[in-house]
Amino acid sequence: MSTLLQHQAKFSGSIATPAPIPLREVMPWALFGGLMMLLAIYFVGVEEGALSVFAGSYVHEYVHDARHLLGFPCH
Amino acid sequence: MAGKLLFKGMLAGLIASLLIFCFLRVFGEPPLERAIAFEEQAESAVPHAHAPEVAAAEPELVSRQTQAGFGLLTGVLAYGAAVGGLFAIAFAFANGRLGALGPRTTTLLLAAVGLIALVLVPALKYPPNPPAVGSGDTIDARTQLYFVMMGFSLFTAVAALITGRRLWMSLGDWRAFVLPAGVYVATIALALAALPSVNEVPETFPTDALWAFRAASLTGHVIFWAALAVAFAAIQTRSPKARSREHISA
Repeated sequence: MSTLLQHQAKFSGSIATPAPIPLREVMPWALFGGLMMLLAIYFVGVEEGALSVFAGSYVHEYVHDARHLLGFPCH
Repeated sequence: MAGKLLFKGMLAGLIASLLIFCFLRVFGEPPLERAIAFEEQAESAVPHAHAPEVAAAEPELVSRQTQAGFGLLTGVLAYGAAVGGLFAIAFAFANGRLGALGPRTTTLLLAAVGLIALVLVPALKYPPNPPAVGSGDTIDARTQLYFVMMGFSLFTAVAALITGRRLWMSLGDWRAFVLPAGVYVATIALALAALPSVNEVPETFPTDALWAFRAASLTGHVIFWAALAVAFAAIQTRSPKARSREHISA
């Protein structure tokens, strides 16, 4: 049965789409993970430029070339 | 499931960012160095009143060598892992919810949307700039405008994607693609016209260095998203469960 289904799916191309992950399961990862990821992008792209969490400019200077070459407004 | 995806996305992002580190190191650093040379020359050529003060306020915290080496690597890796993680989250929402699209096609579609909406479209209005271009006084406004443009572009693109998915059943593949894409382009054109332009390129700045810098930056992004999509699809299909599913939907 399953081989028949697979066979059909392979040739009709539209029967078996991947089962979506339930939204309830994605949400916590999306919120927490998304926040962490945005924080990382913030430190590479913005910190000690338009906004500052830490005083000084060490982070800015250290990622300076990456910030320019990734296209963020740097200074 | 979603947690594993997030990890895979970050891994794919790290792989892609290693690639663009090599690319940017070879093609991005030379125009960046020229821009810094221009900046230093301009500063020393015009010894205006507060020049020594500026020089004193900016001691070299990080050497140029570190900035162009480990600094660039760290920045690019952190950015790559983060964008890869966000990409995986987007994939977790989209996979299986975009009509008949299988995981690989979904990966490619999302990467294309990401590249266009997050990089190419914002760069049309606010292109990447080397050092010496852009006044320190306007950094706040320029940063805001850049993220407003990017946020608006992403929001419109996601809306177009969802609309296309809704129209797909009644209008079929072609029109469900062309109509929302057209609306996206028209909306972006309005935004490009409405947002204020920024032109702070010094008059004597070498134009070929500016072009080389922008071309390197944008090409780096194209390589990044292409490599991210390929690496993510490859990592996805490595697990046996995903492989059988891929096989069915291929």
